[in-house]
Amino acid sequence: MIPELGHFALILALVLAGAQAFFGIFGAARGDARWMAVVRPAVAGQFVLVSTAIGALVYAFVTFDFSVLYVASNSNSALPTFYRVAALWGAHEGSLLLWAWILVAWTLAVAMLSRNLPASFASRVMGVLGFVSFGFLLFTVATSNPFERLMPAAADGRDLNPVLQDPALAIHPPMLYMGYVGFSVAFAFACAAMLEGKLDQVWAKWTRPWTTMAWSFLSVGIALGSWWAYYELGWGGYWFWDPVENASFMPWLVGTALIHSLAATEKRGVFKSWTLLLAILAFSLSLLGTFLVRSGVLTSVHSFAADPTRGLFILAFLIIVVGGALALYAWRAPQLKSPAGFEGTAREAFLLYNNIFLVVTAAMVLVGTLAPLIADAMKMPPISVGSPFYDMLFPIFMLPLFVLVSIGIHASWKRGQLANGRNRILAGLAAALVLGLALMFFGYGPGKALTPIGMVLGIWIILSSLFDPIDRLRRKLTLPRAIIGMTVAHIGLGVGVLAVSTVESYTVERDAAIAPGETLALGRYAFRFESIKEIEGPNYDGVRAEVTVMRDGEPITVLHPERRNYWVQRSTLTEAGLASRGSQGLFLALSKELGEGRWSVRAQIRPLIDWVWLAAGLMALGGALATTDRRYRARAAANVPASESIVAQGSAAEAQ
Amino acid sequence: MSRFLIPAAIFLALAGVLYVGVVHSPNKSTMQSALLGKTVPDFTLPVLGNPGMNLTRSQLAGRPWVLNVWGTWCVACREEHPVLLDIARQNVLPLVGLDWKDEDDAALEWLKQLGNPYSVVVADRDGRTAINFGVYGAPETFFIDAEGRVQYRHVGPMTAEVWDREFLSRLPRGGIQ
Repeated sequence: MIPELGHFALILALVLAGAQAFFGIFGAARGDARWMAVVRPAVAGQFVLVSTAIGALVYAFVTFDFSVLYVASNSNSALPTFYRVAALWGAHEGSLLLWAWILVAWTLAVAMLSRNLPASFASRVMGVLGFVSFGFLLFTVATSNPFERLMPAAADGRDLNPVLQDPALAIHPPMLYMGYVGFSVAFAFACAAMLEGKLDQVWAKWTRPWTTMAWSFLSVGIALGSWWAYYELGWGGYWFWDPVENASFMPWLVGTALIHSLAATEKRGVFKSWTLLLAILAFSLSLLGTFLVRSGVLTSVHSFAADPTRGLFILAFLIIVVGGALALYAWRAPQLKSPAGFEGTAREAFLLYNNIFLVVTAAMVLVGTLAPLIADAMKMPPISVGSPFYDMLFPIFMLPLFVLVSIGIHASWKRGQLANGRNRILAGLAAALVLGLALMFFGYGPGKALTPIGMVLGIWIILSSLFDPIDRLRRKLTLPRAIIGMTVAHIGLGVGVLAVSTVESYTVERDAAIAPGETLALGRYAFRFESIKEIEGPNYDGVRAEVTVMRDGEPITVLHPERRNYWVQRSTLTEAGLASRGSQGLFLALSKELGEGRWSVRAQIRPLIDWVWLAAGLMALGGALATTDRRYRARAAANVPASESIVAQGSAAEAQ
Repeated sequence: MSRFLIPAAIFLALAGVLYVGVVHSPNKSTMQSALLGKTVPDFTLPVLGNPGMNLTRSQLAGRPWVLNVWGTWCVACREEHPVLLDIARQNVLPLVGLDWKDEDDAALEWLKQLGNPYSVVVADRDGRTAINFGVYGAPETFFIDAEGRVQYRHVGPMTAEVWDREFLSRLPRGGIQ
């Protein structure tokens, strides 16, 4: 009964989403206040209904209702409660439901926080969001009903895919979807502006916090996925340029470009049509990511299900939403005028270069990801590009960008008086050169050709982003959260560049076969295999080893790598033993028993690996700080006073 | 106007590519029917780790066998590897590995590290044989019957469930002699 209730709630939500889209868009077009008044109640109702559906599915999981096909396929009587809840998004149907719920939650937030916006504009925004929601709910109800019954009911479930039975991966999809779906708000703002035929600096101010927040969530989501891959997949890497990773990275790159372009649009009124295009692209790439993962057109570690009818449905939806938005763009964008000019070394110019590099990089990733499909469509022999493609191209695009970041931070709006910033630029670069090269030669020793470049650039970015806040503090000026956030996020970027350069250059690894009592040496470190014993978990059994890690002969920590056999799906998983000591990531994974007590193991020392995730955390934190800046929280009047934009332009160095 | 149409034009081209991708999707029956029921393409390939020795199609005729396409560069292959090892332990069907566009040393190292589930591994260094098999992306696994015809093709990592349902079920009644 409860599952039917959930199914019914989902169908009602679909109807409400249709109403929200229709009355939101056409109500605003007709200027009919009664029509527009339907929108907010429709959003609230839809939120309640989709929440009911989620609740019904969680209930089915928690109560072991194996008469529901989705529960029977993704749960088991031995599955712990936490994973029974997380199993909700463990496969296709539930993931879509989660997607729809997060979309409605974002829409509800928009409905509540948009009361100060002009009624017709808010109505259009929610109308567009309603349209997207309608598409996703229709997709769920028509092709992927999570409440489908299984008659007769299964005696027990087939269990959640064991690779998903992990805390990081359990919260990775919701975070990722918060980011993906969050870009729908920026998309809706863009579409509303195009429908309205009006785009001013106030529009950019409204759009910025939503975009930045979504970007922060996406940063966390990507980092969690990377962290999971590091310790769970058992071969100790943190980024594989896998299609599914790329699918989340492309919207992130374009979203990063969008954040910066919005800043220029808000402060200076420039790049209007470009900002619109980026807002459309960020969400389009999110949809594309969903398509790639859910349609199974690309085989990857992550794609668990494939169904061509579903693929066609998402593709049709993609064409309507993205094609529609781009058609609207082709119609409206030529009418937008960007008034003020700027010099080639002004902040606007640097933001433009930043955008170009980010978008070109995203395009590179897109081409690489779709290479097998493109080859197939052109009847060429199958090709698939792996990490060599990305490893070669990524630094080519990124290193110049990092230089531009370090310089551009010091540029001021409109006039490129870099002369004022020249001292800062040179001081920062000099300090970065000294620190970076010192770190390299005294800390780690000679690395690869790109190592010193990466280290110096990472430090340069960190130092560059500190000048302005320190200067403000010294002059006893206020330090708005927007600036703190920007600084923290830029430091995060610098930390990330430094960390990736170090990890890529100084990782050492060794595969070996060892038995208890034996020691595996790796540089200054040694892994002593103490013992191995059998373990039993709630739904698996396996072995756990005890490995003492020694540095220069002194024991520093103990690792507990595991190898688990999950009973139901008969699959074996590696849980790497991890620890971090003195900023060195210590990694040991058990891979296979070779007989006579010998095990083949993989040991790795990855310096600064934790900093890779720290970097993502800092960026997300910076985004969150910037989002909660007073300027956005202030209940600004719908019609912004004329002084607003002047004030904004006056404080040249304000939040980027 | 025209330059603002560029994004839409690029998107349309992309949508076309995606459409082909979906229609040719690995699970689509049209994709499988190209080889299903047909005799496997002829090949002569060097045996990995055994210089000077070749394996040809005719040497495998007379009994059902399984072809698994993999490569050390393929992430999903690592995922399916433990499953292959389990399958090898059942010892019901010979598992022939096709090491696709790979380096011999890397492949030998892989088998040494992770275990070797294959009865024999052949090296398809330029990827030509894989193309003849219509391989879309590694890993892929083919079931070939005693007459040398492709009976089933699985795209993506092998699982115990797929093995039981699609491969073991195609064995002739009474097993193999």
